[in-house]
Amino acid sequence: MQRQQKKPMTDCEKTKKYFVGPVATEFVAAKTGVWRVVRPDVTIEDCIFCGTCRKHCPADVVTVAKEDPNSGVYFDWDYCKGCGICANICPKQCIAMIPEEGVCKL
Amino acid sequence: MSTRVMIDGNGAASEGLRLAKVRVVSAYPITPQSPISEKLADFVVQGKLDAKYIRVESEHSAMCCAIGAQLTGVRAGTATSSVGLALMHEVLGVAAGCRVPIVMPVVNRSLVSPWSLWCDHQDAMAERDGGWLQLYAESAQEVLDLILIAYRTAEDARIQLPAMVCLDGFFLSHMSDAVYVPDQAAVDAYLPPYVCHNFHLDPNDPMFINNLTPTAEYTEMRYQQAVGFNQAPAVLLAAMADFKRVFGRDYSLLEAYQCDDAEAVIVTLGSMSGTAKYTVDQLRGQGKKVGVLKLTSYRPFPAEQVKQALAPVAVVGVMDRSPGYGAQVAPVATEVRAVLSGKPVQGFIAGLGGRDISPATFVKAFAKLLTGEITADVDWVDVKENALTIREVK
Repeated sequence: MQRQQKKPMTDCEKTKKYFVGPVATEFVAAKTGVWRVVRPDVTIEDCIFCGTCRKHCPADVVTVAKEDPNSGVYFDWDYCKGCGICANICPKQCIAMIPEEGVCKL
Repeated sequence: MSTRVMIDGNGAASEGLRLAKVRVVSAYPITPQSPISEKLADFVVQGKLDAKYIRVESEHSAMCCAIGAQLTGVRAGTATSSVGLALMHEVLGVAAGCRVPIVMPVVNRSLVSPWSLWCDHQDAMAERDGGWLQLYAESAQEVLDLILIAYRTAEDARIQLPAMVCLDGFFLSHMSDAVYVPDQAAVDAYLPPYVCHNFHLDPNDPMFINNLTPTAEYTEMRYQQAVGFNQAPAVLLAAMADFKRVFGRDYSLLEAYQCDDAEAVIVTLGSMSGTAKYTVDQLRGQGKKVGVLKLTSYRPFPAEQVKQALAPVAVVGVMDRSPGYGAQVAPVATEVRAVLSGKPVQGFIAGLGGRDISPATFVKAFAKLLTGEITADVDWVDVKENALTIREVK
């Protein structure tokens, strides 16, 4: 069986640039951020950097940076699914969920 | 170069897989396909076929094994019928989507219910949009020849799609015929060893095959399959032209029989085509201008060729061997109507559950076409008058 396989597979590598159909040649996590329909948008002037949103994020994609000059709330857009828990839980109600370009807004 | 022997359609299918040198066989027996499974087992035991024979517990497993085996870089053989094909349904899609060019004889048999062992095309028609090429044989010789042509086409780098070679249960599968079985050397010249053009199973080159594909890529991969199908007619025709050069027998996507000056033509599929041609000869003897258009390739559907062949014909009928519930007409007639928009196309349904489509059935159908009795509805041309009263409540 091994010998029979060898030639076709060698040929395959030499002649083809692309595979067709479902195949992963690199093993990476799927970017679940593409599921997002709405995204969190922080009004940073009202933010008290309490970190409640970070604690409640089920995908652990929120980074809260308190120190200047990088103070802000950052999201990993590759994996944020836009669930809105951060917006619901925020004690200052300063996170809005806004439509993604090309999804809700045309 | 070839030997002429008496074999039936199942025998011809087995010879086709043997000559293609399948290296793994995973088949589950089902009437009327069982003799294919048995014959391939005989070949392996007798040393006529250097293959691993895997005894599987179902058709679902049979197709799974065939896909896995072929992904290692060898041809894998299997065959099925009826509910066996239905049980394969899920993994037929895997073979198609992963572009594993398995060639599988499908011995056409009705689906349940009513339970039946006999011929019609419901099994294959249920898989018609699943991404497999579908060729239909008229005779045992065509079964063997179309298997070789199917391999050449399916494995082509531009196609990489699996193929069913459909043969009518019992009418072809169990009817002996004088068949030219080509020599191995001639087949080797026509059909070179299998070359895997796509992804493969190899421990030294690991890949994740059939992985969860995001929405961002799913459409593109389906489109890839469509591109394969778009190129299939030309590749099929090239494989058929080559076949004629090597073996001398002529094939095309369809065969127009006495269509040139015909006033009425019936489109056929499979073994009924022989009866249709015979009936045409009889009716021509009575001065009636009738013809037959036999489809050899149903997937891809040769729309352009059908259009050309039927353009000069006034009235067209289509004899379907499956009911196509809920549609205006049955599957083949639906396609023909789409091609011939504006022209009357009468759908006929006949030959279900093993009922013979006899010359009398074709005579009746031609008579309706020639007298212009076209109806929008499908015509169940061989249904008995007592259809609704055959089981009395006692």
